[in-house]
Amino acid sequence: MADLELTGAEIVVSCLRDEGVKHLFGYPGGAVLNIYDEIYKQSAFKHILVRHEQAAVHAADAYARATGEVGVAIVTSGPGATNAVTGIATAYMDSIPMVVISGQVPTAAIGQDAFQEVDMVGITRPCVKHNFLVRDVRDLAVTIKKAFYIAATGRPGPVVVDVPKDVTQHRCVYDYPKSVSMRSYNPTSKGHTGQIKKAAQMLLEAKRPMIYTGGGVILGNAAAQVIELVRLLGFPATSTLMGLGGYPSPDPLFLGMLGMHGTIEANMAMQHCDVLLAVGARFDDRVIGNPKHFAKEARRIIHIDVDPSSISKRVRVDVPIVGDVAQVLDEVIKLLQADKAKPEEQALKAWWAQIELWRAQDCLKYDRAAAVIKPQFVIEKLYEVTKGDAYVTSDVGQHQMWAAQYYQFDKPRRWINSGGLGTMGFGLPAAMGVQMAFPDAMVACVTGEGSIQMNIQELSTCKEWNLPLKVILLNNGYLGMVRQWQQFFYEERYAESYMNSLPDFVKLADAYGHVGITIDKPEDVEPALRDAFGKYKDRLVFLNFLTDPRENVFPMIPAGKGLSEMILV
Amino acid sequence: MENESGALSRVAGLFSARGYNIESLTVAPTEDATLSRMTIVTRGSADVIEQITKQLNKLVDVVKVQDLTDGSHIERELMLVKVRATGDQREEIKRLTDIFRGRILDVSDKTYTIELTGRGSKLDSFLEAVDPTAILETVRTGASGIGRGDRIMKI
Repeated sequence: MADLELTGAEIVVSCLRDEGVKHLFGYPGGAVLNIYDEIYKQSAFKHILVRHEQAAVHAADAYARATGEVGVAIVTSGPGATNAVTGIATAYMDSIPMVVISGQVPTAAIGQDAFQEVDMVGITRPCVKHNFLVRDVRDLAVTIKKAFYIAATGRPGPVVVDVPKDVTQHRCVYDYPKSVSMRSYNPTSKGHTGQIKKAAQMLLEAKRPMIYTGGGVILGNAAAQVIELVRLLGFPATSTLMGLGGYPSPDPLFLGMLGMHGTIEANMAMQHCDVLLAVGARFDDRVIGNPKHFAKEARRIIHIDVDPSSISKRVRVDVPIVGDVAQVLDEVIKLLQADKAKPEEQALKAWWAQIELWRAQDCLKYDRAAAVIKPQFVIEKLYEVTKGDAYVTSDVGQHQMWAAQYYQFDKPRRWINSGGLGTMGFGLPAAMGVQMAFPDAMVACVTGEGSIQMNIQELSTCKEWNLPLKVILLNNGYLGMVRQWQQFFYEERYAESYMNSLPDFVKLADAYGHVGITIDKPEDVEPALRDAFGKYKDRLVFLNFLTDPRENVFPMIPAGKGLSEMILV
Repeated sequence: MENESGALSRVAGLFSARGYNIESLTVAPTEDATLSRMTIVTRGSADVIEQITKQLNKLVDVVKVQDLTDGSHIERELMLVKVRATGDQREEIKRLTDIFRGRILDVSDKTYTIELTGRGSKLDSFLEAVDPTAILETVRTGASGIGRGDRIMKI
């Protein structure tokens, strides 16, 4: 019997359908025209046409961050592919599961400097978890299956599948594998039992414990386990920028974010603890500052991570545990519950007393009586008006830090930002991706006037899909974080950090068919936010808050300094 | 590692991107045509070697990584060297080649082309023993290594 043969283009679309993809973000072009012709004919998933390929990848990335599913984007060869690279690197640095399909010139033209040819596999090699060039249509379905499998398992990451145009025309029998196994790729999920026992024992011996969680808790769906463990032990907890929402921020056991712009209590407790449990975090430079300074205080460290190469990379660890963070934490909790021993109460009490002294310094205080709009105030009001229930995306800079510090995230997957690569231009397309996934959710993009202009063209995509997201622009006229560093470390020489010909954002929003509002008085902040989420609930509202141009992000640990060397105000 | 196009550049790219040095690298398919065996010689503190091992293991095309210096092992490198060989030197170089258990593969009226196998240090010694002005060209493969005795790396 003759099985039905499909073209490569039909196979790509069938694979996505059979993988359960519901949203595909992309931009057509010559090399992917066959695939787009098949996209046109199907109805299993929606294709969202962006206005720049970078935005397609950011949207797919944020879609993945918000839903936990693999995000999918498609771009054409050459410039389409290179435009996607920033988005791919962004996802790579934050370990986001994503599959990017890129068109390629026909196999016979590869290497000939053909029109719109670029070595996509070569150009993305350092910023993907893995990539493939499919040279034979018979390998196409299994390669796409592998791409999804690799992207989603172990430490997640983006996978590129580069498909030459002739492969999309060739035919073969379509058979999408249900599962795939690879001898060279077998991520560990179960932690080592002996190590887990040691970890539980060490936690019980702690006199000044600290629990430090990162993006791995969000990616590994381990928030419930973190909450259970922290409450079971009564230990203080902190989170990295990427881990926010993994433990509810308003909870008294939570000390706030740590790191370069972390709270005093989180950074000091991190520095002075005697037993540190790190979960799905990687001790990066923005988190612990100078590793030599960090190592000055003696402490024993337990580190749970799915990626062995994250363990003992920057900081020596005493008890490494490689495995799925949720599974490992379940095991730790089980052991602690079975054990009659409890952490030493007196020591823990004294430790908390010390922490409360640090906390009493109220390092996130700011001038609430100011006549100008304080950016922190806008975020606090955003939190109030949305009752903490919004998905908040951000760009990169001061506004990002204020959003992280003042929006009290209490659920995972609500805080969506580019932590590792620090990509300006991420916020708006990210908000699109989230709003596509959750059409009825409140989605706010907290941004700056520098960042928003890096992907502002997506306001057009938002119009096409009637995405009612809210742009919260903290407009201080400066590339604020650059200005802050210039103020502190370059004797106030503000080289190219002031933008003196900004567009009229209200007219701009209007031109794209949205609602634009400028707010320049503190008393108008809350009403504007209420209008945005109330009266204009179904519209994209672009809120242009004119904020204090001299406000800085505090606390701050200067680059290369240690956790206890914070600048406070 | 998987015998896939691009696998070599993933390894080489990893070393350059993370600032690890490669002293030598050899690679060729094994008796199983789907697999290649690569020997890399690198240097670093224990921490750096641990990271290199972990990072290599993370590459999807890499099936297995073994630090040969963890146990006893054999390593061999092949060198082809073309030397000027005229007059008295012809006999002298022939003798030296015999001492190092090399072979003269090609002879012209002015040159010898010599094949030499051994540890890198032995090849270095040979080059030091020859009059440097006589050395016209050298080609070295870099080390290939294998565990001694029952120490087997097999997939």
